[in-house]
Amino acid sequence: MKSFKGRTISWELADGVLELELHREPCNEISSTMLEELEKFAAALEALTSHASAAPEGPSALIIHSARKEGFSAGADLRELYHRSQELAASARLASVRKFLERIHRVMNTIDASPLTTIAAVHGVCFGGGFELALACDLIVADKMTRFCFPELRLGLIPGFGGIPRLKRDLGNGVVRDLLLTGRSINATKALAVGLACQVAAEGEALRVARSTAAQVRKFDRATSAAAKQFIKPIPHKELQREIEIFCEVFTRPAVMEGLRKFVESTDALPYLP
Amino acid sequence: MRTLEQTTDEILNLTATHFKVPRAELAPNDDFFKKLGIDSLQALELLTRLENHFGIELPDYELQGVTDFRTLANRIQSRL
Repeated sequence: MKSFKGRTISWELADGVLELELHREPCNEISSTMLEELEKFAAALEALTSHASAAPEGPSALIIHSARKEGFSAGADLRELYHRSQELAASARLASVRKFLERIHRVMNTIDASPLTTIAAVHGVCFGGGFELALACDLIVADKMTRFCFPELRLGLIPGFGGIPRLKRDLGNGVVRDLLLTGRSINATKALAVGLACQVAAEGEALRVARSTAAQVRKFDRATSAAAKQFIKPIPHKELQREIEIFCEVFTRPAVMEGLRKFVESTDALPYLP
Repeated sequence: MRTLEQTTDEILNLTATHFKVPRAELAPNDDFFKKLGIDSLQALELLTRLENHFGIELPDYELQGVTDFRTLANRIQSRL
């Protein structure tokens, strides 16, 4: 499927570049609906890049970006998680969360392992699951107003969409521990300095810079680019699976539901701060 | 090296520009959440603008409980 227009995302293949746009209000919170549409995207991505359909006019690069002015993505839809959890018994709640995690991991792994060169063009809020989506990409082009953050620990949780193994794969331990254990946010300049972002763009220019990068990528032999990527970017499958296990272990603690309840009901001006 | 007064003044100028409010309406002791009526995302935007302007890193947990420009200026001053 070369193009799709859904409720939360849309994509289009044009001139050898596949562009995935996130457009769910208010800030691309990853809900069950978005997950369903991301699964469709992952299937389309695999079909478009399979050997049988890897025609010369096929894609060389993938750009993921957001149409929401607030940012790239605020992460998992915690309100949906909380309200759905309230409707379920504890055992069913855990099974439901595990299933969600396994599904989103399959999507992230498909993007991570895609033979295309993948670029996240990010701006504004790039938090939690949104940050994890960006980390699945090969390159992160960050608008200078971007903030990256893993706020999960304030809820008694850990990042669960593959963020910890991918962050650990890409960055030094000091930065990984700082982001994870303090829950603080960092800006694009810091992200560039620590090797998280590859380029910083002026305000509103991340998508343009990502398109320019994709045009450069398009000049190269696709099989060679894919081989280079596979060599330098192994998928940490064991750690990703372990992350799901740890998330499920901590999710059963009463403090988590209390943390989610506080978040959902919060009227504080700074609910993302730990 | 900026003085605290200069830092405070730059914060007020930047805030007035970013939130499109008259500079004369902002004072160092103002509660910026109340005065500007901003939400969490807008507060993060302001933090990012301040970090970019002053060329500093200001961990957001250091802003917990900070609501007025003067205290914000003190936090920034300690990072310059």
